[in-house]
Amino acid sequence: MERTLSDRMNHDSYDDDYVRAILKKVRVIAMVGASPNWNRPSYFAMKYLQGKGFRVIPVNPVAAGQEVLGEKVHASLKDIPDKVDMVDVFRASAVAGPIADDAIAIGAKVLWMQLGVRNDAAAARAEAAGLEVVMNRCPKIEYARLNAELGWHGFNSGIITSKRRRI
Amino acid sequence: MTDSKPDFETLAIHAGAQPDPATGARATPIYATTSFVFDDVDHAASLFNLQTTGFMYSRIMNPTVAVLEERLAALEGGRGATGCASGHSAQVLALFPLLSTGDEFVASNKLYGGSITQFGQTFKKFGWTVKFVDPDDMDAVRRAVDEKTKAVFTECLANPGGVVVDIEAMAKIAHAANCPLIVDNTLATPYLLRPMEWGADIVVHSTTKFLSGTGTTIGGAVIDSGKFDWAKAGKFPDLAGPCAAYHGLTFFETFGDLAYTMHCHAVGLRDLGPTMSPFGAWITLLGVETLALRMDRHCANAARVAEFLTGHKAVAWVNYAGLPANKYNRLAKKYLPKGAGAVFTFGLKGGYQAGIRMVEGVNMLSHLANIGDSKSLIIHPASTTHRQLTEAQQIAAGAGPDVIRLSIGLESAKDIIADLDQALNRAAGN
Repeated sequence: MERTLSDRMNHDSYDDDYVRAILKKVRVIAMVGASPNWNRPSYFAMKYLQGKGFRVIPVNPVAAGQEVLGEKVHASLKDIPDKVDMVDVFRASAVAGPIADDAIAIGAKVLWMQLGVRNDAAAARAEAAGLEVVMNRCPKIEYARLNAELGWHGFNSGIITSKRRRI
Repeated sequence: MTDSKPDFETLAIHAGAQPDPATGARATPIYATTSFVFDDVDHAASLFNLQTTGFMYSRIMNPTVAVLEERLAALEGGRGATGCASGHSAQVLALFPLLSTGDEFVASNKLYGGSITQFGQTFKKFGWTVKFVDPDDMDAVRRAVDEKTKAVFTECLANPGGVVVDIEAMAKIAHAANCPLIVDNTLATPYLLRPMEWGADIVVHSTTKFLSGTGTTIGGAVIDSGKFDWAKAGKFPDLAGPCAAYHGLTFFETFGDLAYTMHCHAVGLRDLGPTMSPFGAWITLLGVETLALRMDRHCANAARVAEFLTGHKAVAWVNYAGLPANKYNRLAKKYLPKGAGAVFTFGLKGGYQAGIRMVEGVNMLSHLANIGDSKSLIIHPASTTHRQLTEAQQIAAGAGPDVIRLSIGLESAKDIIADLDQALNRAAGN
């Protein structure tokens, strides 16, 4: 489904197809706010997404230069030398604006804000620049939900299908 | 189908049960295995740290049980569910993430008698204190619930009294005190009532009853709406604070609206251990597929039996909320428009002794301590399920000495009525 106009995009609920297409085409994710601490939510998401074949590049000025899960931590999005497909925002809603601007500047195709993070002004700027935007969702949970893993833990995936889905 | 909202009947058959990814089996396989292999040590570590999805050990989760969990979560309109060994263990699991030693919760005094004993007696050993209140008196509920209250617990359609509780009002009182409302929805089932649509945060079930439907297997479930803000409430450290059993992981921050259900599995089932067996889950799934059809018939039969009893000379009163003259009929119309369930009570003019003669005089109805079976069931609560209670507690719970409880099954209404008629006449000494 083609979605380019920000004024048509509903950020309260997303079609499964929209989220599925994003997770299918994205390979390199820059995770802003990734923590080197193993029991932080960002570390969980990073480790899980790596296990599903995504490359996740951590961005965190406090931990810059360290290594997290085999990847060097960068101080900002603009310091990443490689091409980034998606920027995942693990920061407070209020500071998502400059992150969105950096995501546009480095040519990312998707701006994703984590569960609990929503900044409509930042989303509108990113969409105007041609990025697809997801807010208030976790890519780990969405990946698990859309690939029949979330139900393993007793969660309601909202998916009804008679098609066999391979893990 | 993914973007439209399927109806209840469709969810009851399909939710959670895609064809088996390993084999393509269309019916849900029974995964009779205690354990699941790890790919490598790192995969094992990720699973133990809750960093990835997957199976480890069937005490905590199992693919067959998971199908039932997702099915029930979908039917109740919840975010996630935890299957467990029985309805009683569901009550322990539901409260376990919320209460610690010294904590309090408020519960309806019209609950099923087994719940009253569990809450009032056995939970004392955990240091959990229950305050019982009359759910007919919302002012009394309001006075009982305060900032110390960690949960409010009620049935909407109560067993055995035919009581209907105003759960929307109760949810408002609970939320004003920053605590969740837990509703035992065993008697109504999600086909007749979805408590989360009225503000309930957590629903518990004895799946033993109408959900499995044929009296074959014991089971329970806890379903979470995912809507309660455990951090904002400021009094649920097990969910919103660091968890020592997982090296300081904070469930609510890490798992968001999945946190409560994650906790029920990863701490509740792991450390208390009341697991549902895959076989039990499979039998229950068979029942759930036909829930809508069965509940319509249960309710239609119950309404006919209630009408018959109302006109019988040996019967003093009938407490079925579906009867227009019943004091709960207004609430039944609001919460249970498709039917007032199939479990209700009536009183015998002959009192306690007539009650005993009645349950011994039936031929087709079964005298036993269960409800929600395809078979019609009868019991005299004062001499059985409610005998641990004082007479005052029995009367408060709608189980006084003259009370007979019926669970109307799926036989023909004519045959159920004929058996009751002959037993009533014998009990009255005619």
